[in-house]
Amino acid sequence: MAAKEAVAVAEPKKKSATPKVDAESMATRQRDISVSEFFAKNRHLLGFDNPRKAMLTTIKEAVDNSLDACEEAEILPEIAVIIEDLEPTRPASAKSSRYRVTVVDNGPGIVRKQVENIFGRLLYGSKFHRLKMSRGQQGIGISAAGMYGLITTGRPMAIFTKPKAGQPTHHIELAMNTKTNRAEVTFDKEVKDFPPDRLRKLSAGTRALAEQSGFLTATEFPTGTSVSIELDGKYQRGRGSVDEFLELTAIANPHARIVFVPPTRVTEDDEPDVLTAAEASAAAVAKVTTETNGVIVFPRGVHELPRETKEIQPHPKGIELGILLQMLKDYEATEKGGTLFKFLQDCFCRVSASTASGMCEAIGLTSRTKVADVGPPQAEKLFKVFQESKLAPPPTDCLAPIGVRQLLAGMLKGVRAEFYAASSREADVYRGRPFQIEAAIAFGGELPGDETARVIRFANRVPLLFQQSACSSFKAVSETGWKNYNLSQPRGGIPVGPLVIMIHMASVWVPFTSESKEAIADYDEIRKEMKLALMECGRKLGTYLRKRQRMRREGLRRDVFERYIGEIAKAVHAIMGADPKAIYDALLEQANARTAVADQVLDEDGKVIKDEEPSGPDDEGVLIVHEAIAPAVAQLSSTPFAPLDFGNSNKKQTRQAGATTKGATRQPTSKGDAPSRSKGKSKPDAAASPKRTVKQAPESAARAELRARAAKAASRKPGGGKPSNDGPRLF
Amino acid sequence: MAKQKTPSAPARTKKERDAATEKKIVTLATDVAKRSLAGNEPTVRVPTRTKSNTLWNKKKGILQMGPAAQERGLFNLSQAKSFMQTMLHSSSIKDLIAAEKTLSLRGMFYKGLHTVAGTKEKTFADQDESDGILEDLEVSLAALREELHIFAKKAGTMVGNITIIDSGDEIDCRRMGSGGYAIPSIVEPDVIKFKKCDAKFVLHVEKNTVWSRFNEDRFWEKHNCILTEGGGQPPRGVRRLLRRLNEELGLPVYCLLDCDPWGHYIYSVIKQGSISLAFESERLAIPDVKYLGIRASDYRTCGLSDDVQIALNDTDIKRAKEIAAYPWFQGHKGWQREIDGMLNNGFKMEVESLITKDISYVTETYVPQRLKAKDWLD
Repeated sequence: MAAKEAVAVAEPKKKSATPKVDAESMATRQRDISVSEFFAKNRHLLGFDNPRKAMLTTIKEAVDNSLDACEEAEILPEIAVIIEDLEPTRPASAKSSRYRVTVVDNGPGIVRKQVENIFGRLLYGSKFHRLKMSRGQQGIGISAAGMYGLITTGRPMAIFTKPKAGQPTHHIELAMNTKTNRAEVTFDKEVKDFPPDRLRKLSAGTRALAEQSGFLTATEFPTGTSVSIELDGKYQRGRGSVDEFLELTAIANPHARIVFVPPTRVTEDDEPDVLTAAEASAAAVAKVTTETNGVIVFPRGVHELPRETKEIQPHPKGIELGILLQMLKDYEATEKGGTLFKFLQDCFCRVSASTASGMCEAIGLTSRTKVADVGPPQAEKLFKVFQESKLAPPPTDCLAPIGVRQLLAGMLKGVRAEFYAASSREADVYRGRPFQIEAAIAFGGELPGDETARVIRFANRVPLLFQQSACSSFKAVSETGWKNYNLSQPRGGIPVGPLVIMIHMASVWVPFTSESKEAIADYDEIRKEMKLALMECGRKLGTYLRKRQRMRREGLRRDVFERYIGEIAKAVHAIMGADPKAIYDALLEQANARTAVADQVLDEDGKVIKDEEPSGPDDEGVLIVHEAIAPAVAQLSSTPFAPLDFGNSNKKQTRQAGATTKGATRQPTSKGDAPSRSKGKSKPDAAASPKRTVKQAPESAARAELRARAAKAASRKPGGGKPSNDGPRLF
Repeated sequence: MAKQKTPSAPARTKKERDAATEKKIVTLATDVAKRSLAGNEPTVRVPTRTKSNTLWNKKKGILQMGPAAQERGLFNLSQAKSFMQTMLHSSSIKDLIAAEKTLSLRGMFYKGLHTVAGTKEKTFADQDESDGILEDLEVSLAALREELHIFAKKAGTMVGNITIIDSGDEIDCRRMGSGGYAIPSIVEPDVIKFKKCDAKFVLHVEKNTVWSRFNEDRFWEKHNCILTEGGGQPPRGVRRLLRRLNEELGLPVYCLLDCDPWGHYIYSVIKQGSISLAFESERLAIPDVKYLGIRASDYRTCGLSDDVQIALNDTDIKRAKEIAAYPWFQGHKGWQREIDGMLNNGFKMEVESLITKDISYVTETYVPQRLKAKDWLD
């Protein structure tokens, strides 16, 4: 194909110097062009159209490769992405600048002799020739990135790889020769230093994190690979940025821990905070995304690797005639004299012996017919038989969905919301290829309430950042009736509200609309599954919203009762002398019991409660962070109940009343740490994050629960913590 | 018209009545305390004061309260506040009894008014809320308003051939000048005693302006009667006094009201009692009260001019039909004719319309003629 195009390009040149052009003279100019050369000229096809996108694509390809390699070797991925600004003095107005991008992983490493092939050749890889779910497909990515770097900066790609623990590290530098599609090794040495120590000492942030064993420690990287590419690029935050890509990657890959070191000087020139040792240590162990002194840590949310996927043969319904012809030819080439019967069973899935012989008969041949004797007319008949056959759908063990629990964990660390729901559909088939859809939604919390929902899309765990409206998932979101779930939705549009919608498609072959892999093609089967998954999440959200409304109502109701109980106790006392404290307590107890639903919020005083343990046996794919609701409830009842003074006011009491009112919204779960947290940090997440930490780490959840209960018991003398019970003492 | 010997309530001393009322309030509070401590919802039983719970006692000719009652509970969102208010007012009434003082309805509103502890909410939003709770308490405790030491503002005037003793002061109602004696809200025998009565009947007129006309013409003197007015719908004090004059002194009561649904309704209330005070009908209603005028036919018989007509609006027509359907009017041919007559006229007439004939036509001609001819509805 490439050769043909070369002809097409060459032809217009006919009119040049040579007056007479004949086939002979043309033939001298007609030659093979290398794939590398072709892509060097057409780099936009691979996502290197502008400096900003080039930076993103480079990192995307490297991270995808790292994750694939780790998973295949069954290693929990530990990935560092480092961008160094090599021209820190350039004027801020510059369109692009020179950066060094380094991606380090703890994968299996690469044996020395394969290094040149993997990094130096286009269209070389393990993933193209098989039907297996993986991030990369064609084997172009990383080599293209290296080539882009070489073209724009002249600097070769630097690779450190350590395939065996305890063995030396190969330090290799490669410059691709675009003419030959081969890499030239410009540097090759064995070193001991892996991961390269230089990276740990880049900035105050990396040093602090490394000291806390949170960054590129030798123990975490017994094997692994580090790739550095110098390139002409641009680092800028916002939509379609490296930051967004890594954030979304972290959501879809909760089993990976990713540390991102952005360049110290970014286009917007944010000043990094000064990091204290304590904060660095917190960042090293935190379970939510943290950013300190410019270093961003996307922590690991779950500790299991995705299910290992099996490779499958194509399904008869999923191939085209030309491919079938090619397959027949290939089979004859490898299996000299093989029968059609055998071919059908070997090269396709879901074809049993009886189906195979049935198919042979259907096209007028027998089971013993040799593949070599199958001519094009028979092949065409065979193709028709394929289309009409009633075959079982392809097996689905070739797919590794993210999983409901992992989806929740990923969303939880990436999105600060109050409600999370996820659903994972059963596998289905489009064009003979199995696929599986998963969806998750996050609602409320710190999400902006008046904007249209953010839709984040993934294909085989890789975030899709561009061409949202061309994507099947976007259509599925618009076609889902979100109004049924108490959300507002403009006609035929994306719902509006504090909502993030995530859609993931896992498949052995994701049908992208273009080579740049940015949008999923709109197959009916795919869109239908997406809608079903979204509806499942929506139903959970609707239930939750209705329940929350009820809790609010009950909270208000209780508030009303509590307000009057004191007056009643006083009046009864005045009339017949009954002990007002006894009556007050008795009525308060009744009021609490009668509005028990509200307790889910009120009693806990802003503590984290889970309605359903996501890892529990009755996994319903729902996760609720209640601390986000408590303030809303407190706001709703603008006059929170304060202790009564029964005509005998004292200062201490009023002060306490104030404290409870405030505390009701955000009371620290654990003793002691409240002052340090509240000092000057006005960011709402300052208080929220540590609580999430508690909640998210599966092994510490039980402990946190106990701690919460203990705290509750301590703060909860009669009357339930909220109204301070100094009141009775005054009787 | 015969002198009735048995007063509706046995005469009790003030002390006895206060003790009884106080006991009722304590019982109510004790019940609330007991239920609270036993873990039950405290409630107050409030008989329902609605039309559906008002029964027409044909034999006695009065409206009576039916058996329906509502349990007002603390743990009902719509009742929580009124429950609290009921307890507050109960407590206030106990204070009043102990202090031997009475308060007006407005005074009670202020007595119970304060900010609910720990909130910005007031115990009573306005006096209407407070008044409603006091009416509830009357029926709940089965105690009269005066027994609760509460009075309403004065709205009624009396003049005539009678001498009474009001709180120990002797009042000669023949010597009340142009203003007349203001009928107090509490007119029970322990407050007002009838000392000497020469009058042979009572003429009750709808409003003060008409009453002034009669008083200026010294009608009560010429016809030896008592002249009262109730400012439209007569308040309880006026109704009770009329009832006592009728019951204890055996005086017939005649009403001179406007010819409109409102006038008919006032007559109905004086005669049978009202829906909201059905529980008091036994001591307020005057079943043999007579309706002297204005009659629908007066427009023709008195030869009034077109100018006095006030057109009936839709509300009036609707109201007239409702009144015609009251069970105590339904079987009454005279009243059916009267209301039909008004509807056929298509207009209403005020008592003052008779002034178009002559300033004193009503006192010198209209009423004397009717009384002489015994031309009235009853």
